[in-house]
Amino acid sequence: MNWIFVYICIFFIVPHTGMLQAETIRVCKKCEASTIKEGILKAAPYDTVLVQKGTYKEVDIRIDKPLVLKGENYPLIDGEFKGEIITIVSDDVTIDGLFIINVGTSYTKDYAAVRVTRSENFLLQNLVLEKLFFGIYLEKSNNGRIYHNNILGDAEEEYNSGNGIQLWYSNNIEIEHNTISRVRDGIYLEFANNCTIRNNKSVNNIRYGLHFMFSNNDVYSNNTFENNGAGVAVMFSKEITMHNNVFQDNWGTASYGMLLKEINDSEIIGNTFKDNTVGINIEGSNRVTYKGNDFIGNGWAIKSRGACYTNLFLENNFLFNSFDLSYNSRLNDNKFENNYWSNYAGYDLDKDGIGDIPYRPVKLFSYVVNNTPEAIILLRSLFVDIIDFSEKVSPVFTPDNLVDQFPKMKPFAHDRN
Amino acid sequence: MLKILKYSFYDLMRSRWSYVYFVFYLLLGFVLLFLNNNVSKAVITLMNVIIILTPLIGTIFGVMYYYNSKEFTGLLLAQPIKRSTIFLGQYFGVALSLSMSLVVGLGIPFIAYGIFMSDAIWDFGLLLVTGAFLTFIFTALSFNIALRNENRIKGFGYAILLWLFMAVIYDGIFLMSLMIFEDYPLDTFSLSATMFNPIDLSRVLILLKLDISALMGYTGAIFQKFFGTNFGMFLSIGVLALWVLIPVWFIRRVARRKDF
Repeated sequence: MNWIFVYICIFFIVPHTGMLQAETIRVCKKCEASTIKEGILKAAPYDTVLVQKGTYKEVDIRIDKPLVLKGENYPLIDGEFKGEIITIVSDDVTIDGLFIINVGTSYTKDYAAVRVTRSENFLLQNLVLEKLFFGIYLEKSNNGRIYHNNILGDAEEEYNSGNGIQLWYSNNIEIEHNTISRVRDGIYLEFANNCTIRNNKSVNNIRYGLHFMFSNNDVYSNNTFENNGAGVAVMFSKEITMHNNVFQDNWGTASYGMLLKEINDSEIIGNTFKDNTVGINIEGSNRVTYKGNDFIGNGWAIKSRGACYTNLFLENNFLFNSFDLSYNSRLNDNKFENNYWSNYAGYDLDKDGIGDIPYRPVKLFSYVVNNTPEAIILLRSLFVDIIDFSEKVSPVFTPDNLVDQFPKMKPFAHDRN
Repeated sequence: MLKILKYSFYDLMRSRWSYVYFVFYLLLGFVLLFLNNNVSKAVITLMNVIIILTPLIGTIFGVMYYYNSKEFTGLLLAQPIKRSTIFLGQYFGVALSLSMSLVVGLGIPFIAYGIFMSDAIWDFGLLLVTGAFLTFIFTALSFNIALRNENRIKGFGYAILLWLFMAVIYDGIFLMSLMIFEDYPLDTFSLSATMFNPIDLSRVLILLKLDISALMGYTGAIFQKFFGTNFGMFLSIGVLALWVLIPVWFIRRVARRKDF
């Protein structure tokens, strides 16, 4: 028996104690370190710096070795608007449970509450950021995770505000369960590939809820984008997967649920677009599959601005939009099939659930408005209803082949999980 | 004039058609609110109805009333009463009773569903005001037509044509000219073209007050900038008032010179 016990000690406990050499340094008024900077200075690599509840008026906290900076009961770090608060320049850093406020505003430098520079394997979680310029700023940092943070800005104007979470040349980042509101762009990705953006909530932002530039192979799913100045913009990227997101209440003369520009080979599946001025604004996007989305009560469900080829629109619900589709050329290479259109007035004699006559989603008036935007002033005029009706009966102006040959008679009940 | 106005007004209030008109609006209001229970959405649907229907009813009713009471008018003319008094009295009698049917008929259901509690009160008020204006405008125009045409069939024909022109054909010409001259800046043109047609003017006034104005993009923004200000609002109300005053002035002139 004794021998066995000794073996257990040697093989299990001894290596563990070796790892436990990572020490915990406490930070509080009366602890071994009274400021966070001091705590970090005293810490050896892979130590934990435990910040206890209290207020710490510090800026330019530089984390230059791998460690865990953890807050107990959300200690407050007040930057007093002096500049950047935490800068991470080392790999393997975790920041957890801090309340950071008052980041300085500058017109020459992008001060952030937490910045990660040229580092890998970081984890930023349970942070609360308020009164900020930029929230979390990643530059040339890969393989990190941004989890369960709450970012609440007080942005009023675009020119003097920053973004909630910004990625610049950063790959393989997971952004999950964050809540971002009232900043310029909720989440901004520039040259960020293979990122996953999931279960976030980006609401009431000045410009975009999510902004994509030159970022390929990214996935975003189950996010909610609500009441943002201009909705969500996805630009100059390819192979993006967008699943089960909700885009709603992006209402205004220059607002979109989603703006797609130069997006190729992507999937837009199972999303909900509700009460937006324009559900999706598409420009120069090819080979994109739109499947199982709900477009409910938008001004325009889809506005196609041209140079869009070989896109597929399958099994979507178009419910009570002022215009289902706006299309600006006579040439059509996109396929609409098996969608449900609430404006469809056809019949189904053979009872197979598919309308017997094809549906033409482009109204004549929407075609006219595309060519002469001023004509929108005749919206809801009796004349417009009459010409729409006559165009529906015998199409002359709208593209001949832009039809849904198999419109569904009943809306789809989409499974959203 | 007041006496004749009172007489015409009571005469119409007793007539079946005012009741039908009143009950129609009452039912419309209740059905709309019953179906979607949302006061601001009901206002949008109601706008479509009011913009088309009030001018039509105003026109037809005006012409009809004039021709029907022709003999009584002849009798009145034999009395020592000023001509303008007779015709203006009749005109205001018709226009007032029609507007009252509209305002009361729609007012009751909306008050019952709590318009005073809702934010849509101003939109609804604007809707009623423009509806009343449209009634006054088109009744005056129809009186002019009726005064100039002894032949009833001709008079009715012109009246219907007038309505058709204002409600449909005008917009067609408007749209065509927008499309033909699309290379030119059209903001001022579309603004003034809207001003010249009371139906379009009312439609735009109401649309701009509703959420749906966001659909209008930058064109809407130009209109909003114009109509959204106090100046624009006064100007458009002024234009609507002019649309009433000028035909009324014509009624007086024609009535004074006409040989009965």
